Formats: sequence, structure tokens, C-alpha cells
Amino acid sequence: MNSVLESVAQLFGRAPHKPEKHELSIPVQALYEEKKKTRINKEHLEKLHEEHRSNHKWRNRRWITLLVVNLLFVVSFQFDVQLVEGALTASRVLGFHMADLNSALQVMLAFKHVVLNLVIGTLTVFVLWFLVGGRSFCSWVCPYHLIAEWAEKVYLWLRRRNLALDVTFHRGVRTVFWVVFALLALATGYTVFEFISPTGIVSRALIYGPTLALLWVGALLLFEIFVSRRAWCRYICPIGITYGLVGVFSPLRVSYSPKDCAHEGDCRKACLVPHVLDVTIKGRATDVRVPIGADCTRCGLCVDICPTGSLKYEYVGLHRAHPGPNAPEAQPRTESA
Amino acid sequence: MSDQDTPQPRRGKPILGEKKRLEERRKFLRSIVLAGGGVTAALLGIVPTVGAWEPRLRPPGALAENKFLASCIKCGQCVQVCPVEAIRLADLLDGYGLGTPFIDARAQACEFSCDGLQCVLACPTGALTHDIAYPHQVRIGFAEVARPQKCLAMLGQGFKGRIRDEAFSGKFRYSDIDRWNPLPVRDQTFDLEICDLCVRHCPIEIRIAQCAQGKPPSGDKNQCPPTRAIGLEAMHGGDGGKRMKPVVYEGCVGCGACEMVCPTEPAAIVVDMTKNADTVRKA
Repeated sequence: MNSVLESVAQLFGRAPHKPEKHELSIPVQALYEEKKKTRINKEHLEKLHEEHRSNHKWRNRRWITLLVVNLLFVVSFQFDVQLVEGALTASRVLGFHMADLNSALQVMLAFKHVVLNLVIGTLTVFVLWFLVGGRSFCSWVCPYHLIAEWAEKVYLWLRRRNLALDVTFHRGVRTVFWVVFALLALATGYTVFEFISPTGIVSRALIYGPTLALLWVGALLLFEIFVSRRAWCRYICPIGITYGLVGVFSPLRVSYSPKDCAHEGDCRKACLVPHVLDVTIKGRATDVRVPIGADCTRCGLCVDICPTGSLKYEYVGLHRAHPGPNAPEAQPRTESA
Repeated sequence: MSDQDTPQPRRGKPILGEKKRLEERRKFLRSIVLAGGGVTAALLGIVPTVGAWEPRLRPPGALAENKFLASCIKCGQCVQVCPVEAIRLADLLDGYGLGTPFIDARAQACEFSCDGLQCVLACPTGALTHDIAYPHQVRIGFAEVARPQKCLAMLGQGFKGRIRDEAFSGKFRYSDIDRWNPLPVRDQTFDLEICDLCVRHCPIEIRIAQCAQGKPPSGDKNQCPPTRAIGLEAMHGGDGGKRMKPVVYEGCVGCGACEMVCPTEPAAIVVDMTKNADTVRKA
């Protein structure tokens, strides 16, 4: 339960902290002791790194999924096939209502009245995204995420040449946005956030044709390219918090096992929300297998890049091979025996 | 790299270097500026909306404007189901709610060729109220002869040829020609002794005529409008009684079909979005 609270606190903006020794489980303490003794074969590791830097298995799967989902909307309207009607804010999939949780929340707060269709749509999406990981909406569906991911590559290229700034903000500001936009919807009776939401703007532009509102999205991207890496997703977007909360107890997550980890930090460099991967710093994991927190978008970049297979997707209840952190089988018996 | 959060000091041990403390403070201030900027940008969106600087016709069933803006989730499902693509979504500078649906009746009126108010059925949030089911229950606005000096009927003139120009893409369902598919208005030719295009394109008047013949749309008697919407009445005085005047009755739903097909430029008859059949009846 403690780790759940910690994961929510990090979602809201708290910085991860180094656990006290008494917070570490006995097996993981033993594991860290063991790791002190063994020297890492640097050459072998470097080779693994090289291999994994070109490994894009999950990224490719994710990009394809994201493009297919968004293209389904476009194709459904353009060719009138009615598979997925509407836009990402609210839609009908084969006639079944779906509503984006954050948009639905804004409407409920502004309108102060909920029709049955919206209840159905919201519950459907809630259950769906609970099952597939909460913020997986961000990295696997949100069209702005993909554009921002490409912009991030430009940012990193510029940054290496010192042509872009590296401005960071307190992550708690995203929570402030979430609260302020909720209160504004309630007070003004208007879905204020939707005016600046690039998710809605891009989704509608794809389906209904380009709009001037894309200029705003362009401005956001320029800010992310020249000033602050992934600023919208990291510090502003309340949609991320909404889905993050859905994913707190989600069975689909990335989990970390420190056993083979070289703690070199490639995963944190690739990650949109690197604080969730601070657990991969030596001495941070409190057990031999720990889930990555709720703010994780389940994008899989870390899974791709990890040279030692220490970060893996898991589906709680399905993966017999990777028992939960508290299961006795999780102890590294082979080493201690 | 500084793209990771600096670990916070443990409680009771606030030992941070002076430089680091300054950086933390700057970061905090920057974050406040970011919050202020973001919220301001979003608030800019509601200024013209609240001021109703640029009111537009909303789709059938739309709640009162303030409630409509509160409840619309901006998904465009109403846009997708409309057979004549009368509904469009507002853009950034339009000033009536980014992503909210509106109708430009002059370009393409809602002419009810769907019969069943598909947009209302499609709306997931009730911004288009499900309390109505038939065209005659719609209250988009109320037609009025805004430019009587332009109206051909009032000038005693007929109409011959095609409506509007070559570029005009508006569609209308001419039930006599094609029961199911709306046709481009510009493909139709007319030869009228006195112009009554607004009356003959009125979806309410068409339904009343169909019901009088015992053929209500979809065979559903509930489709029959109880009140007439528009008719030509003879004008008193003047030259030999040839001049006629379009008169809008309480059955008008403000669909804008009359505005779309009015052959004068600009249209002599337009939809007034500040009124509807209910407010007119009360007045």
C-alpha cells in the first residue's frame, strides 16, 4: 500500500527519494550485497548496449497501434464505414459509446448534469484503460504524444549541439493545472481546458481537416523543441493525471528487477517521465521486483533499451513466470544457495 | 542531465548548497509562470464565447447557448452523421467555442433529409437534447424577411433558371426525384411565375403537404408538423395584386433551408438566431 501512495504522490509531482535501509526487503538487501561483490563485464555490457539502442520492438508496435487507432477515426469518417465515429474526446466504436475520461470529467463539471450515454462511455473507457495500464492512453493512443516524440528527437539533436535550452519545471505544476482546470470548468460552466488541449485539437484536425488551432499545437512543439523537453506531457497535461489515476491499480505495468541491472541509466535517458525510473538507481528498489509507478505511460522505451532485460512488461495475474514482489519464489535462490 | 528531478532533501536535513537552493527557487518561480501562462491561454478561449461576439446557429436540439457550451464534448459525431454535412466545427478564431458544432445555413442548411434527427441521436452528452425526435420540434432559430427590398416575390417577380451560382455546393432532398439522396441544389432548374423558392424548400411545409396526401415521412404520423412554417400571402395595394410576401408562421424551426435557396444576393430571408418558435409564440 505504501508503494501505491508513493506512486500517486510521484504522479502528483513529488520527487522520488532514496529509501531508508529498513524499507528494503531482506532479499533485495542480500541482492545488493551480492552485486557489490560481482564485477560487471564492461565490454560485454557495452556490446549489449549497442544491440539494444537499435532495438525498437515496443516502440514500433506502439507507433503502429497509435497510427491505426487514429487512422480508424479518419477512415471511418472519410469512407463512411462507421467503425469508430467521433473523435478522441468522445466516440462510438461499432456503435458502443466511449468518452475520453478527462473530457468527460470537464463536461460533467461544467454542465453539472450527466446523461446516460456519457456514463456508459466514461465507464467503458475507465474499465478499458484500467485493464491496459492507465497512462497507456498517452503513449499508445494520444496523437500529440507521437508528434511530441518526434519533436523530442529534434530537441535532443539540438541539445547535443547546445542549440536548445534545458528548462525544467516542478512536476507538481501539472497537478496545479489539473485542479485549476477542474475548478474553472465548475466555475465558468465551460470546458476551458479543451481550448488548449492538443489531444482534442490534433484528433479533430486529423478527422475533420486542418484548423487554425493547429498553430497553438505548433507553438507548443516549438517550446518543446527549443526550450523544455516534452514540456506539455511532463508539466501541463491534466489528461495524463486523469489516466495516471486510472492506472494506479492497473494490472498492466512495467516492472523492474534489479538482479541483472547494470544501473547505467539508459532507461532514464529515454523516458518521458524519468522519475518513475529512479527506482533503477542502485539501492532504490525496495524489493527484487518492483512495479513502475502510476505516472509511467507504459510506452516501452525502457523495455526496448534495457540491455539486461531488467525492465519488462507484466500483466498481474497472467505472468506465472514473474511472481509478484512478495511471493517467496521471487527470492534469488540460486545465488544464495 | 537536469531533466530529472533533483532528489529532495530528507526532512530535518535542509542541507542544500546555496547554488542549488537558488536553482530550486528559480524552478519554482518558473513553474508558477508556466501555470499562469497555461491557464491564461485557456481562459482566452472563453472570452469571446462568454461575450457571444459571434453567435452561430447550432445543430437541432442544441440546449441554450451557455448550457450547450458546458455540455458539448467537441467530438463531432453530429458532424459525421449529417447526410448533407450541414454541421461544421468552430475553429480557433471563430469565437464561439473551439471544436463546437455550428451551421452556416446560407452554405448548407439543415434540411432534415435524415428525418430522424441523426445529430441528436449521435450526441453523447445531451448537448443536443434527446427530448426531441421530429423536425417540427426543433428550435434552431426563426426565419425572417430581413431584406424585403430584395425579395423577388415582394417585387412581384418570378424566378427562372438555377439557384445560386456554379460554386454553390448546397444540397437538398427533393423527395419527388430521389426519396433517399439529397441532390445538389444547383442542378435543379426552376421556372416560376412568382418566386416561392423559400416556401417550396421549407422542410416543414413539405412534410405538411406529404401528410395531407396521407404519406408522412417514414409512414410515421408523428412526423406531421402541427403548424405551418411559411407561406406566400398577397400584398395589399400596389400593382394588380401580383406581389406576394413570404410570411413566417409559428411552425418555423429555423432550419435555414429558405435562407440557403433564396436566389438573391445576399439572401432576402435569413434565420434570426435570437428567436425561435417558442419565444415568438410567447411574445
